[in-house]
Amino acid sequence: MSKELAHPERFFGDRFGMSERALERILGTALERKADHADLYFEYKNSEALGLEESMVNHTAKSVSHGVGVRVNVEDRTGYAYSDEVTIDRMRLAAEAARAIADQRAEVPALQIGTPVPRHALYDVETTPLEIPLEQRARLLEDIDRAARAHDPRVKNVIASIAAERKIVMVATSEGTIAADVQPLCRLNVSVVAEDGKGGRQIGTFGGGGRVEYEYFLESERWRQYALEAARQAIVNLDADEAPAGEMVVVLGPGWPGILLHEAIGHGLEGDFNRKAVSAFSGRIGQKVASELCTVVDDGTIPLRRGSLNVDDEGTPTSRTVLIEKGILRGYLQDRLNGRLMKMKPTGNGRRESFAYAPMPRMTNTFMLAGESTPEEIIKSVKHGLYAVSFGGGQVDITNGKFVFSASEAYLIEDGHVTRPVKGATLIGNGPDVLTRVSRVGNDLALDSGIGTCGKDGQSVPVGVGLPTIRVDGLTVGGTRA
Amino acid sequence: MASFDTAMAEWALGEAKKKGATAAEILFSSGESLAAGVRLGETEKLTSSRERRLGMRVFVGQSSATASTAEMDRNSIADFIADTVTLARLTAADPWSGLPDPALHPASFRELGLSDPECGIIDADRALQIARAAEKAALGADSRIKNSEGAEFDSGRYQIMLVNSQGFSGEYEGSSFSLVVQPIAQDGETMQHGYWYTTNRRFDKLEDAEAVGKTAAARALRRLGARKVKTTKVPVVFDPEMAGGLIRTLAGAASGPALYKGTSFLIDRLGEQVAAGGVTIVDDGTMPGALGSKPFDGEGLATRRQHLVERGILRTYLLDCYSARKLKLAPTGNASRSVGSPPTVSTTNLYLEPGQYTPEQVIGSVKQGLYVTEMIGFGINMVTGDYSRGAGGLWIEDGKLAYPVQEITIAGNLKEMFLNIEMIGNDLHWRTSVVSPTLKIAEMTIAGA
Repeated sequence: MSKELAHPERFFGDRFGMSERALERILGTALERKADHADLYFEYKNSEALGLEESMVNHTAKSVSHGVGVRVNVEDRTGYAYSDEVTIDRMRLAAEAARAIADQRAEVPALQIGTPVPRHALYDVETTPLEIPLEQRARLLEDIDRAARAHDPRVKNVIASIAAERKIVMVATSEGTIAADVQPLCRLNVSVVAEDGKGGRQIGTFGGGGRVEYEYFLESERWRQYALEAARQAIVNLDADEAPAGEMVVVLGPGWPGILLHEAIGHGLEGDFNRKAVSAFSGRIGQKVASELCTVVDDGTIPLRRGSLNVDDEGTPTSRTVLIEKGILRGYLQDRLNGRLMKMKPTGNGRRESFAYAPMPRMTNTFMLAGESTPEEIIKSVKHGLYAVSFGGGQVDITNGKFVFSASEAYLIEDGHVTRPVKGATLIGNGPDVLTRVSRVGNDLALDSGIGTCGKDGQSVPVGVGLPTIRVDGLTVGGTRA
Repeated sequence: MASFDTAMAEWALGEAKKKGATAAEILFSSGESLAAGVRLGETEKLTSSRERRLGMRVFVGQSSATASTAEMDRNSIADFIADTVTLARLTAADPWSGLPDPALHPASFRELGLSDPECGIIDADRALQIARAAEKAALGADSRIKNSEGAEFDSGRYQIMLVNSQGFSGEYEGSSFSLVVQPIAQDGETMQHGYWYTTNRRFDKLEDAEAVGKTAAARALRRLGARKVKTTKVPVVFDPEMAGGLIRTLAGAASGPALYKGTSFLIDRLGEQVAAGGVTIVDDGTMPGALGSKPFDGEGLATRRQHLVERGILRTYLLDCYSARKLKLAPTGNASRSVGSPPTVSTTNLYLEPGQYTPEQVIGSVKQGLYVTEMIGFGINMVTGDYSRGAGGLWIEDGKLAYPVQEITIAGNLKEMFLNIEMIGNDLHWRTSVVSPTLKIAEMTIAGA
């Protein structure tokens, strides 16, 4: 990381003249009415994206954005105001707008900003991909295009992109703490369209990344694996039969199929939904919600991962939170507001898409710990079922607990063997009981390759998931063959 | 706000030329909004915002780059322009890239009434009062409505300016108001949320807050006691909200970028039958006061009214200039821009023309089937048209809505689903910018127990 960013907490002071005294004055304005908490969130983001289509890197885009959000919390109320002009005047107006949530006048407390928050060092990268010459990044996309096309003559088009950003954030709170972080993020994505010459056309998609340096994509030619994986998936799907419809045994492969946990369990355990008692998991801590084989954690402290953060967007260091331990529901994911109201500690899960939003409890990297079965044993144990290894997105209705996730590569299991590929289909289940049906957990835990983006209430944040191979005894598969 | 006006835009275009750009385009957008939320009768949140973004697209010959910035002083903008020109030089020369043919820029713009002439941003007290009234109506609707995710009232105003180096210059502004209510119905151990909304460019045209609250409550209540049904193949009736999603998907498959990338199930189908004979789908960016209207598109072409599908026949694709050139067709005024990205394609006001049947008649025609009112997930393969999504709604027995169902999927293929639209309702309501009446599809696979 360049020298100017060795002390990210100085960045906003140097660039926008935000001295600690200025921060104190703005927080003082925010606290002119009686409040429980106030904070200022600063953000400065650079991003660049390159896109290749039809063997040409013909799209380039870059952006610089910055802004500040002022938040005031009174009991369970939130006043929030933001501006993309980082000036003292603008911030004072924002502070006045945010404090409108509070109704009683108060003595402005004496504030002294400056207590640094300890933070992890999960992605102290030397350089971000933004600093790699554009020509070099463009050549990588061209190499991907060639590799995918060389894989099989049925490959007709390759769409590849590399998007990189560097976000500098700083949070100053009414408790006097100040936390700052520099967050690199990069994602390489490949989609391949294949045609069988008989009118059939299919698509395969793969990608990855994280809070990594550019070299990450060159190690063991990761970029080539992405290209070949996307091509392979498109070609497999050219021969896919109709997917079955109805309830059956489903074996999920390792890695990205962990989106099951994100949808079925994770959202329902976010603090805001539980404080409001609108989640299907509300009031169920200590109860059995999964088979004893299942231990599920959310861990924001894994180095270089897409879902990891040194500190969350409220300045709390991230942590590892056990959500389910051997089948028993143990914990919720908390931000400051919901943690305070539920008398629980914040878990470092207060996140936001940008300065334009107040934070809320969000996942980081959510995964199930490995079990003891081998993947081969698990498949062998199934007489008739579905083996799903690759997925698109998912969604959950947290109130009734129903969730879906959509397979993009799946096979039939017949008499203990993986046989024919079947077309993509949506799988649907009930969050509070799906994990009670997990009868085998593999020893092959894998985290996803770094592609996840989670949406909640209109805000997108990068996340990770992970799963060992698991067997679920009964999940509804939404194919067309009834 | 240090305002960015047309003079400033002309200066920026000149700077781009000086740096070596052969053509350039400036997009400036700004806006203000206030959102007020209540939950269980109490104020929960107030969010106020102001934003302004400068976007630029520059061309050096056939190479181009797009960039956006929040740094608005002249020195920063000058650096920003130099960076963007450098970026363009590093980008591959693409024979299809470029600004629109100048002859396509309209000489004048239609007045479309996109801003409320009387109402600006609704102040916090008033906004809270409206949200509170809506939530109160929902909470009071039935003793089983015991909880709520709250109600929110938002209002906003925005301004758009687009100027390019071949003489196009256009500006417009718009307003929006919306109210959303989300009560929760509870019966024993089970809970269901309901959701309803109203949105308009004019404050006085919003639906009554209490009515919105009551509808939200009714939608939550009718889901209580939902069960799973057995796997089967039956007719499926899409309520207007869900039917709107279907035509949005069809428009996505008809959009230029999906077509030239090979990621659409409508490739080479222009002039062919893609839907049942009774289906006519129109995209109209010129409807006065409508949510999807705008005087010009993201590249400065006039928006228009056009038939996407006419009596089942695919009449046009939806194209920006780039995809139009690639497909050797004329652009359709559907370019859409966000400040930091190159143009893409979007619909304006998209609707399926109403048919002759009341919704009751459509439902009444089904002996056993599903009336779908909720969907979750993204299980649509745009390349093949394969469709498989999580669904919920009401089971139809002997032409009557019998009981709620959930935790099922509906699956089919969009190519067949549109051809199999058997009945079209007469209930078209302009609630958002993509709307449809009730639709009945002859048969789909339901996966359940």
